[in-house]
Amino acid sequence: MKRVLAAVGAALLCASGGAAIVAPAVDQALVESDAMPPKLSAFGLFRGNDPKAPAAGIGYTLRAPLFSDYTDKHRFISIPAGMKASVAADGTIAFPVGTVLVKSFGWADVNGGRPVETRLLIHRASGWTALPYIWDADGKDATLALGGRRVAVTFKSPDGEAHSIRYAVPNKNQCKECHSLNGAIVPIGPKARNFILDPAASDKLRSRYFENPAALKPLMPQLQDPKAGSVAARARAYLDVNCAHCHNPAGSASNSGLFLRWTDDPAGVNYGIGKRPTAAGRGSGGMDFAIAPGDPDHSFLIYRLESTDPGIAMPEVGRSTVHKEGAALLRQWIAEMPKASH
Amino acid sequence: MRFHGLRHHAATLCIVAALAASPAAAKVISVNATTPDANEKLQEALILAEPGDTVQLGAGVWKLTDGLSLDVANVTVRGAGAGEGGSILDFTGQQGAGEGLLVTSDDVLLTEFAVLNTKGDGIKSKGADRIVYHKLRVEWTAGPKETNGAYGIYPVESSDVLIDSVYVRGASDAGIYVGQSKNIVVRESIATENVAGIEIENSYDADVHDNIATKNTGGILVFDLPSLPMQGGHNVRVFDNVVNDNSTPNFAPKGNIVASVPTGTGVLVMANRHVEIFDNVFDNNGTANVMIVGYRYEHKDPKYQPLPRQIVVRGNQHGKAGYAPKFPGGDMIAAAMGGSIPPVLWDGAGNAVVLDPVGVLSLNLPDVKTPQSEAKPAPADLSKGTPPAALPAIRLPAAMEAKVR
Repeated sequence: MKRVLAAVGAALLCASGGAAIVAPAVDQALVESDAMPPKLSAFGLFRGNDPKAPAAGIGYTLRAPLFSDYTDKHRFISIPAGMKASVAADGTIAFPVGTVLVKSFGWADVNGGRPVETRLLIHRASGWTALPYIWDADGKDATLALGGRRVAVTFKSPDGEAHSIRYAVPNKNQCKECHSLNGAIVPIGPKARNFILDPAASDKLRSRYFENPAALKPLMPQLQDPKAGSVAARARAYLDVNCAHCHNPAGSASNSGLFLRWTDDPAGVNYGIGKRPTAAGRGSGGMDFAIAPGDPDHSFLIYRLESTDPGIAMPEVGRSTVHKEGAALLRQWIAEMPKASH
Repeated sequence: MRFHGLRHHAATLCIVAALAASPAAAKVISVNATTPDANEKLQEALILAEPGDTVQLGAGVWKLTDGLSLDVANVTVRGAGAGEGGSILDFTGQQGAGEGLLVTSDDVLLTEFAVLNTKGDGIKSKGADRIVYHKLRVEWTAGPKETNGAYGIYPVESSDVLIDSVYVRGASDAGIYVGQSKNIVVRESIATENVAGIEIENSYDADVHDNIATKNTGGILVFDLPSLPMQGGHNVRVFDNVVNDNSTPNFAPKGNIVASVPTGTGVLVMANRHVEIFDNVFDNNGTANVMIVGYRYEHKDPKYQPLPRQIVVRGNQHGKAGYAPKFPGGDMIAAAMGGSIPPVLWDGAGNAVVLDPVGVLSLNLPDVKTPQSEAKPAPADLSKGTPPAALPAIRLPAAMEAKVR
């Protein structure tokens, strides 16, 4: 008799939960373990395993996003219950252990708009870990792809041009190549200067996840909006987001001496102006300088951005198409620089 | 020549210590070239390896489309050989990544495999201390072409680097390039048909010995360049090498510093402090067997020192040299000197001591800001200076030497 009652009680509990809210919960123990589960669903990050429906957490976008073959990106942060991120005075954001940054990549005209891949950046006690997942053909779950994979896709870029590429889902190490600071993995996008919390999120929700949400004051301009900032400001935002994760003194391209952070002196030789190639190989394109002021056609920074040849192209990872709009912005920026006197 | 040196005794003693330090759970992860998705499987193996493990590459030709990377410390990547029938990583169809293999972890041994036809660099290691490159081949199989990748073997920003018994051919910059590193040994290797055979750049404390640098544009280069995080290159010994017939026309993409290396250069020192060039065998280097120059390009780096200083040239054998000098105006100077210039060429900047009993031609351009067109070439006697105290031999951690025994 007791057992029957227990069963009835359980059924009632389920019913009271309602079919639409089978309260999904992030498996926080799994998140904080060292595990690399073969299926993305194991983390319980989504409702109905829909990557655009976070089980918990808060969405965000970026003023200036990294170019990734014209993918639309859907981003959110899952922060453990009762814990909060905090914004430091220098604009970096400290996330508590147990945080997951979830980023799904896809195109509106591929797979009916469903993502092709979802990348997790997980803050564990041992540091940040990057895990790439590729969505299965039936779209119901995604599978771990530690070694990365190329996925054939055909899509149209905003200017209407059709692209057929073998899109590269990065391997775990490639995640780190970009997300590396002094050899440790760190988030790239979430910095106060570039970070926009979901505008639909209530103040209550913001305060639930951030100690000081008012400190999230984006300084960088919206890239494609000419009214949002000068050409130079938008060009520098572009370089910060697309290049500076490697091109900084503690990043993967530290040895190049080319440093392109928002905070670097944009007149310095280390910003590329009059800087001769170092270890560029074919990337120099027969040119003398990364940036030749007033002369984008003789600036090999442009040459490398406009190439898809792996021996030439920059960034080295994460791009199989040319970002025409980004290259045009940087061309305009260089063209408007006064020509060097020498 | 000491192609097989006296390192055996010290190395033998160290093997025991190295074995004792190995984790008990070390395992071998074998990967097969013919596995479907071999590229992905090999990359997964490199990711899942744990410290102490060996990733064993099967014999055969691996057709790879994407660059590989290793970020786990104390891992060995071992193939079945670098020659025909060995483990051949063929990147002819490469679609992504700036190199064939990238290592970013410490205490790694790479041995017994080949990397062919990468679009960018061959094997790069960055911030990878105590790395050992042993019995490897990096080659662009069509020979010298401007479309070849830049560097063959490319350690950078590392302490303790050993490159031993490798073969590199066809790099459009340097075959073996060590940049911004400390405590380096490059030995018993062959660099041929590259723009620069072996290059030590912006680095401290290096021994380059018992190598063969032949048929490159320039055989062995010791450079220091401005505006880089690590500069002030010094303490480099180049000895017991064969540096001959470096006659391949320069095929580096313009703009790169090595594009300025004249065809027919044996050893070239640019900027740097305290470089010793001794007991090498030079022959058939049409521009010069040894060239010592300042950095003569415009730069905006107040910390940079563009002059070569304390350069010592002694005890070398000089065969034919200087009969086809490929620097601007070189042919006219050679004609005026009876058909060839002396085997040692100095631009007149900085200081050097040349004790070899051969002629030295100075261009008498002590100020690096003076254009080369104002050269006043004349024989110079550099034998009277006092050489600095001889540099000590480079000693690497014993565990590194044990790995190549």
